[in-house]
Amino acid sequence: MSLRGKTAIAGLGQTKQGKVYDRTYMGFAVEAVELALADAGLERTDLDGLLLNPGLAWGTAAMGSFMLQQALGLRDLKLSATMNLGGATAGAMIQHAALAIAAGMCTTVACVFSDRPLKGPDEQKQKTGSAASYAFARGLDAAYGQFGINAMYALVARRHMHAYGTTQDHLGAVAVTQRRWANMNPAAQLKDVPLTLADYHASRWVVEPFHMLDCCLVSNGGVAVIVTSAERARTLRKPPVYLWGMGQGHPGGEPAETLASGAPIASKIAFDMARIRTPDIDVCELYDCYTFTVLVTLEDYGFCAKGEAGPFVAEGHTAPGGSLPVNTGGGQLSSSYMWGMTPIAEGIVQARGEGGERQAPKHDVVLVSGNGGLLSTHTTLVLSPLPS
Amino acid sequence: MSRDTPPARPLPEGDPALAPFFAAAKERRLVVQRCARCGALRFPPRELCTSCLATEVEWADVSGRGEIFSFNVMHQVYHPAFATEVPYAVVVVKLVEGPKMISNLVDCPVDEIRIGMPVEVVFETMTDTITLPKFRRV
Repeated sequence: MSLRGKTAIAGLGQTKQGKVYDRTYMGFAVEAVELALADAGLERTDLDGLLLNPGLAWGTAAMGSFMLQQALGLRDLKLSATMNLGGATAGAMIQHAALAIAAGMCTTVACVFSDRPLKGPDEQKQKTGSAASYAFARGLDAAYGQFGINAMYALVARRHMHAYGTTQDHLGAVAVTQRRWANMNPAAQLKDVPLTLADYHASRWVVEPFHMLDCCLVSNGGVAVIVTSAERARTLRKPPVYLWGMGQGHPGGEPAETLASGAPIASKIAFDMARIRTPDIDVCELYDCYTFTVLVTLEDYGFCAKGEAGPFVAEGHTAPGGSLPVNTGGGQLSSSYMWGMTPIAEGIVQARGEGGERQAPKHDVVLVSGNGGLLSTHTTLVLSPLPS
Repeated sequence: MSRDTPPARPLPEGDPALAPFFAAAKERRLVVQRCARCGALRFPPRELCTSCLATEVEWADVSGRGEIFSFNVMHQVYHPAFATEVPYAVVVVKLVEGPKMISNLVDCPVDEIRIGMPVEVVFETMTDTITLPKFRRV
């Protein structure tokens, strides 16, 4: 049984994102669902499934989706889960929603992410803001000064540079290219901040080989996506964005050895389901926790050979006007960091043709990736405005 | 202690999983875990062998020789103990026996560190109970 085109995304809700302090993490989640329902032309009572990817601010909150259900006043849900695959969670939520709908367990599922890691200027300063939120360390690592996910990815990126000749200019090309896209996205946090390669090199180091501009933003906000059957989506307010294919890949082992993500596994399943191959893809929205992640992901989906993504980006193929638009909203590097929801939301915008100045000219086949941990988890979605 | 003394490094004092590692380090020996069933070496310590899932474990001496597998250079200060040390390098040493260790390289400017550089273990006494294995160029 193929699920190609059986389900669709019917609604997208995005709160204000970035240095926004007027809601709690729960408030952002509720607002995102309200916006997604309005986008789809649905009522709260139409929802019978709720999946939640709680961000860092949810902390130890147990039963997260249950709490969000209460906050939203939802009754008689038939699907509920709090999920965590890091940055691959959002893609996985869409997939679980589609599977449950196709299996007849439920009809209309809200997939929700929210987070509030940034503290407002009037709030008590706590060691939970921004970089500190991601600076966890295991005991022995901390004794050697190895702190946080930036430092872990830096070790993998250095191996990629050693193995393939990837350069600092290549990493910088990703940052500069995505900023050009962000400059055309009215919602991007860095819309009005131009960026040159010289600016990139001048930006402060966080942990070599990563400048600050190699690392994603940290943002407050929420995103919700409504998934329903293709039949139902066709009766709703917005044109459906069909789920043509989906897959997951979680490689295990040591990414510093393999220099690969889970995309080779996930894409095989998703592309077979979608009946596409890599050259059929018109637009990419790739998970970009770091500039480096974009390079690895481009290679792992076969847009270029292993080790050649740096030159591929530096030559301008992924930039506005290039042959393969990538991260057309500016991504997590230049627009907003909503974990895996950032690439999904922009994928929906592009598939619908709602990208305005930044709209990719051809958008029949949109690839969206999610990536979590240290290249540990991966999801692939193939989206299309066409039913088949 | 003078006011100018930086705060102490965060050390995993009293972590039972690391006790044999630090006991050996105090004696200037570098040890890693060895599965008592299949013989696979592993580090950092884990409750189970990821090769055969056995829980039986022993600690085995290793040569202390290896090479730089990867490294980063930390500029951002995440703990006040490192405020006076940035920029400093964190290295991954691949031991000749196979396991990898996060560590620091002593007596080597950060811009001279290269992947593949051969290194050997040295020991730095931090407290009465904690001696940190570090590495130097050979």
